[in-house]
Amino acid sequence: MRESVIEIRNLYKSFGDNDVLRGVDLDLYKGENLVVLGKSGSGKSVLIKILVQLLKQDEGYIKILGKDLSKLNLRELNQLRLKIGFAFQASALYDSMTVRENLEFPLTRNVKNLSRKEIDYKVERLLDSVGLPNTINQMPSELSGGQKKRIGVARTLILNPEIMFYDEPTAGLDPITCIDINNLINQVREEYKTSSIVITHDLTCAKVTGDRMAVLVKGQFKAVGSFEDVFENASDPNIKSFYDYNFIK
Amino acid sequence: MKDKRPVLSKKLDNFFRGLADAFAFVKRFFQEVWFPPYEFKEILRQCYEIGYRSLPLISLTGFIIGIVFTNQSRPSLAEFGATSWLPALISIAVVRALGPLVTALIAAGKVGSSIGAELGSMKVTEQIDAMEVSAINPFKYLVITRTLATTFMIPVLVMYTDFVALMGSFINVNQNELVSLSTFFVQVFESISFLDIFSSVIKSLVFGFTIGIVGCYKGYNSTKGTEGVGQAANSSVVMSMFLIFIEELLALQIVNAIRYA
Ligand SMILES: Nc1ncnc2c1ncn2[C@@H]1O[C@H](COP(=O)(O)OP(=O)(O)OP(=O)(O)O)[C@@H](O)[C@H]1O
Ligand SMILES: [Mg+2]
Repeated sequence: MRESVIEIRNLYKSFGDNDVLRGVDLDLYKGENLVVLGKSGSGKSVLIKILVQLLKQDEGYIKILGKDLSKLNLRELNQLRLKIGFAFQASALYDSMTVRENLEFPLTRNVKNLSRKEIDYKVERLLDSVGLPNTINQMPSELSGGQKKRIGVARTLILNPEIMFYDEPTAGLDPITCIDINNLINQVREEYKTSSIVITHDLTCAKVTGDRMAVLVKGQFKAVGSFEDVFENASDPNIKSFYDYNFIK
Repeated sequence: MKDKRPVLSKKLDNFFRGLADAFAFVKRFFQEVWFPPYEFKEILRQCYEIGYRSLPLISLTGFIIGIVFTNQSRPSLAEFGATSWLPALISIAVVRALGPLVTALIAAGKVGSSIGAELGSMKVTEQIDAMEVSAINPFKYLVITRTLATTFMIPVLVMYTDFVALMGSFINVNQNELVSLSTFFVQVFESISFLDIFSSVIKSLVFGFTIGIVGCYKGYNSTKGTEGVGQAANSSVVMSMFLIFIEELLALQIVNAIRYA
């Protein structure tokens, strides 16, 4: 058995009459990139928001890095959140702050007694590693969509997370920038030894970054496995159509 | 599963749920305000923003109110040959009612709406969620700082408005009745009592708190994308103006009860 960093069992979540997650089971293994695929509105974002408890599940068991989420108090939950990097779908950069302040913000508030030099060093090194050293004094409104995504990733990396969640990292970007982002995701795994969940409906991104695929259909994971297993040998019409749509021949 | 039938009617249910929500929000403020981190830097920055944003408009309004109010009151006093009472009359009107009310209403429009819009857009672009997942308490960093800033700044602005309005009044009195600055202000300070100033400060603190907490509440709970941001800004102005008038009425009752006790 491989070591799981996240275990999800029998997870349910609904909003009013809208049953979004209906019995989700999923494991994230140490060191892997797991790609979660699914139609728009299938509940992919809701799933990872539950994992960091931005939303509360209705039912279900979740264990992250050995901790049962339902047994944590707020302090323990915050401790756990620091080990998780969450790259938001729309980047969620603080738009009243410069890029530098965006990166410093989580750092200075969670790590006490850092010297100015240490902070600057960390910020500059991270901006280098996402390839945007020149943006340090810019405001988020002056950045392109792809740049924002990368700064968003840099901001989550500043606390050295063990687990990364990427919510549609390539959505709305041109194909060339997508390649950059895909490479960044792989590079983060190499450098930071993270285990990641990558949410996407872009199959190229899935194929390049993912070790395993999991397809969310009607509130459950219908197929989990390697790219070939899930797509090339797919029998479920939902999954098949997903594949055909992405690679129109 | 939750029972989804409304208890009274859907509208009333929502109204009471909103009320309960708002009370929970205020309660959370008073629970969390005492504990660190205090975010002094952010509070100062907000104080500066509030002053900076409302100062030009408040200066203009205060000054004009001083002039106009003096000018309009003169004929009635002149009938009794009592124009020498103008400074006393104006100072009581300004310190007791006009200063706090006008300042609070202007701040509700300028500051309340921008707090509502700012927090609203942070909410819909998931910046508030982003703080939460990096273990930063967004309520502390955003709501408490802004609410404290408005609570402290409105009294300061009120004093300023009072002063500017009295200066406006002085100019008018000086031209018509040839009263000197020192005579004018001696009269002013003779006519306003400690209770007037004290109640004006307390009232301004309450107005300031109202403007801040309403703006934050509306922004923090805004939904529905960019449309929600506009709504948050708009409804925070309407709501805080409404509350300010109610509070003004209550304050009047309380102060009169003390004054004539
Ligand atoms: N806070 C919320 N309140 C009510 N309903 C919500 C909320 N968040 C999500 N939903 C609903 O849950 C469903 C799943 O939303 P989710 O954002 O997870 O979709 P998604 O799979 O991430 O889609 P996309 O690819 O477009 O991002 C949607 O029908 C949405 O309307
Ligand atoms: Mg999503």
